[in-house]
Amino acid sequence: MSRIEGVLKSLKGQGRKALIPYITAGDPHLDQTVDLMHTLVDAGADIIELGVPFSDPMADGPVIQQACERALRHGTSLRQVLAMVKTFREKDDATPIVLMGYLNPMEAMGQEKFADAAVDAGVDGILTVDLPPEEADEVAPLFTARNLDAIFLLAPTTTDDRIRAISEHSSGYVYYVSFKGVTGAGKIDVDEVASKVAHIHELTALPVAVGFGIRDAATAAAVGRVSDGVIVGSVLVDTIARNQADPDQLKRALSDLLHPMREALDSLAS
Amino acid sequence: MKLTEEMLKALPDARGHFGAYGGRFVSETLFDSLLTLEREYKRLKDDPEFQAEFDRDLAHYVGRPSPLYFAERLSRETGGAQIWLKREDLNHTGAHKVNNTIGQALLARFLGKKRVIAETGAGQHGVATATVCARLGLECHVFMGEEDIRRQSPNVYRMKLLGAEVHSVTSGTRTLKDAMNDAMRDWVANVDDTFYIIGTVAGPHPYPLLVRDFQSVIGRETREQCLDRTGKLPDALVACVGGGSNAIGMFYPFLTDESVELYGVEAGGLGIESGQHAAPLSAGRPGVLHGNRTYLMEDENGQIAGTHSVSAGLDYPGVGPEHSWLKDIGRAHYVSVTDDEALDGFRKLTRVEGIMPALETAHAVAYAIKLAASMDKDKVVVINISGRGDKDMQTIAEIDGIEV
Repeated sequence: MSRIEGVLKSLKGQGRKALIPYITAGDPHLDQTVDLMHTLVDAGADIIELGVPFSDPMADGPVIQQACERALRHGTSLRQVLAMVKTFREKDDATPIVLMGYLNPMEAMGQEKFADAAVDAGVDGILTVDLPPEEADEVAPLFTARNLDAIFLLAPTTTDDRIRAISEHSSGYVYYVSFKGVTGAGKIDVDEVASKVAHIHELTALPVAVGFGIRDAATAAAVGRVSDGVIVGSVLVDTIARNQADPDQLKRALSDLLHPMREALDSLAS
Repeated sequence: MKLTEEMLKALPDARGHFGAYGGRFVSETLFDSLLTLEREYKRLKDDPEFQAEFDRDLAHYVGRPSPLYFAERLSRETGGAQIWLKREDLNHTGAHKVNNTIGQALLARFLGKKRVIAETGAGQHGVATATVCARLGLECHVFMGEEDIRRQSPNVYRMKLLGAEVHSVTSGTRTLKDAMNDAMRDWVANVDDTFYIIGTVAGPHPYPLLVRDFQSVIGRETREQCLDRTGKLPDALVACVGGGSNAIGMFYPFLTDESVELYGVEAGGLGIESGQHAAPLSAGRPGVLHGNRTYLMEDENGQIAGTHSVSAGLDYPGVGPEHSWLKDIGRAHYVSVTDDEALDGFRKLTRVEGIMPALETAHAVAYAIKLAASMDKDKVVVINISGRGDKDMQTIAEIDGIEV
């Protein structure tokens, strides 16, 4: 059983929902990322999605675009992101880490080399935004052989046939994108999400985590009620942008943001 | 490798691959739209009504066929092969881009989409899109890098006059690649009612296929005109390559004619060795950007590199996947010329033939002159004059230190 599967199973056993924060590695600076990851765990994170910065993040809105630009200005590379995970693992051997990013930096490293390095660093899952299962036939076996979970996206536009096919290629969890748009934009329609997630649950046994549009305790609770977990990204990254000058204040601000979400999700536990 | 009609028919394959290149590397939200577009295009491609309307528009709205002109004086001064010019600059809106926007706008109408988006570099594709949208009454949004808006301001104003909204893109390098990023972002958010008219043979499948099909009219006409005027096929074809739509349109109908040498000319900028260029086929390596796998300019960490070219339309770090395939199998030669050489080509054609090419096209002109000089007098070289240079007056004047 992978670390991701273990965590999600145990949460389910307790009737609890997963809180999955996203931050971009190297933002605001390479030296701060590991510390921020521990802060997220202390504030209640069950899994961390760690963004690998890319020069052309086509699926992201301005908030995460700018985070990528900040990280790249300091020269954050995939190699360094993996080193951060390795350092994080020295103190935390329990919290699953999912690398989230775009295909080109991973290809540039070489897919097999990347898969080896990811396992060595202690990464648990890979989510490549611009890699649909149709194009993953070469890389997927490399991940499977190393017990790395391949996490794919489902969208409001995904047809039933594709939901089934994508779920078959996925392990760990599937990531449901709550609205049509880039990260940080748009408003989540909780009723619509509820009915779509219920439908996805009919088509796959995998846990369904929902991202895009979750910005506070209220939206986290509303979405947590109908899914297995919530992913929180842009609002955290925006908080990093606004507090980048003061590392201690930044940690407090992230913590203050995540804590109420954790509490709201746990208040759902039956 | 000797290409046959059979082999060409099988490409791109069902997943949109040309050999190792192409594909559909997009976020999930767009996937279903791409499948629908592919399905509808395959149906309409063989629909006589659709084809008849496309042909009619190319004839009466665009003004096709465009002439194949013998540049007699340029040939004489060059002192080698005969140089012929395929005059895409004489199309309505002044470039080859309109061939494709006519086709895609028809697709948009058949699919019932009311809102159109496009990216543009030099502004030619933006103008061609705004033009067909005005004619069909479609809402039009064009994404253009802030830097390109500055250097191609006449085209920006043309788009606005045509009723398009021009969105200034301030992310990344503020040029064509970033405009394409923002167009993709808009498309994800508005996928239900929006048709994305991509201007080049890049992007996710089926775009490289349908743009190539719409642009192939250039090569088909050239083939017929050349046989008619010279009694034989050309010996060499020369076209500039940014994303590569005018080049593929010219090359495609000649791919199985082994005797015809194909030259794609990339933007060498300040010189390949300077690193300041936009020549992924000459100096890049395969990677994934904008929905397809293709040759890219990138750093050792897989971050897309900044590009430089005097011409906004070639200032792009990627290239159409079919060109990547043609390079690998050795069917086409990909070369580059520098900014300065392109400017020389611009001045030469302007002064000797009274034809002012776009700065993009000037790259093909510069290389073709070198090539023709090395060939015998009985040989025929055809340059695709993909666009006219009116839009570049400001850039040329700035370089000459003149205020217009």
